[in-house]
Amino acid sequence: MSKTMKTAAIAGAMTAALAAHSTPAVAMEKEKCYGVSLAGENDCKAGAGTTCAGSSTVDYQGNAWTLVDAGTCAEIDLPGDRMGSLEPLDRDLPS
Amino acid sequence: MSVDQRQFHDALWDNARDAPAGLRDGQGRPAGARFSVYRNNVAVGLTEALEVSFPAIVKLIGPENFKKVAGVFLRQHPPKSPLIMVYGTEFPVFLESFQPLNHIGYLPDVARLEQALRESYHAADATPIDPGNLANLSEEELTATRMTFAPSARLICSHWPVHAIWAYNLEDGAPKPANVAQDVFITRPDFDPQCHPLSKESGVFFASLLLGNSIGEAFEDAAETSSEFDLAAVLTLLLDTQAITAIHSEV
Repeated sequence: MSKTMKTAAIAGAMTAALAAHSTPAVAMEKEKCYGVSLAGENDCKAGAGTTCAGSSTVDYQGNAWTLVDAGTCAEIDLPGDRMGSLEPLDRDLPS
Repeated sequence: MSVDQRQFHDALWDNARDAPAGLRDGQGRPAGARFSVYRNNVAVGLTEALEVSFPAIVKLIGPENFKKVAGVFLRQHPPKSPLIMVYGTEFPVFLESFQPLNHIGYLPDVARLEQALRESYHAADATPIDPGNLANLSEEELTATRMTFAPSARLICSHWPVHAIWAYNLEDGAPKPANVAQDVFITRPDFDPQCHPLSKESGVFFASLLLGNSIGEAFEDAAETSSEFDLAAVLTLLLDTQAITAIHSEV
């Protein structure tokens, strides 16, 4: 492949990539939401030695989180007067 | 108490040894069986850490076999760091040389993938580049551009369908692995690492970039591997996963 052909091919590919990428709405931002996970269904892929996925033992455990779409954490419907939180909570901790 | 660290260390990793001489319980009596309990707890703790860290390997060889393999590994490779989250770095290489499992050729690569996911998870945060910076380069500058990747980016190269095997064992409804070699690019755009299985030529492209080669050089390496190479697709992947943290372009 000639040098000109190569630089043109790379520039073309980059233009296509930038066009394909310029859709931030598709890649929805996520946030950690505490106190909304059902028992055993919290997120995390940390491996050993950390609080980890599926380790919550009660529903809506306050120190367990699930990834949710950014901005929706506090709006999630939960039983009682519970609210999701961006920070760990003291409620619903395993005894 | 008069027991040196070397003695204690040697006895800790060898069940056949007696408790170190001079080791006493609270009342001044020899430690005896109490040391054996401690020794067993250390081994069980490390075994559990490996089980959590290598779930696909547990699935592939079965939980009972895994415990036995872990028992051999942990005595050959005691932790070098107090951070248990990094324990197991040598496990893939250990599996390669572990004769009883040599008939499962893909095992070390699956372990490599699991280890890379752990490393990616714990890697430092980094700010991705503004993609606009790439749009502003001339064709020559772009071809000569070298990239720095986020600390969480990892590349696994394999002769096996390593991602398909991993997914089949851990994810509900994942399809049966086809007999196609896979490379895997791991990124962590948000909180959790993501796997991106790659064609061989795309793997060659990423490997070349990671060596510090320019886009032009990496493109040539990939195009030599296969005429099917889709540069736009891999560049889109890099932008979408926020994997590029710096670009260096001098013509």
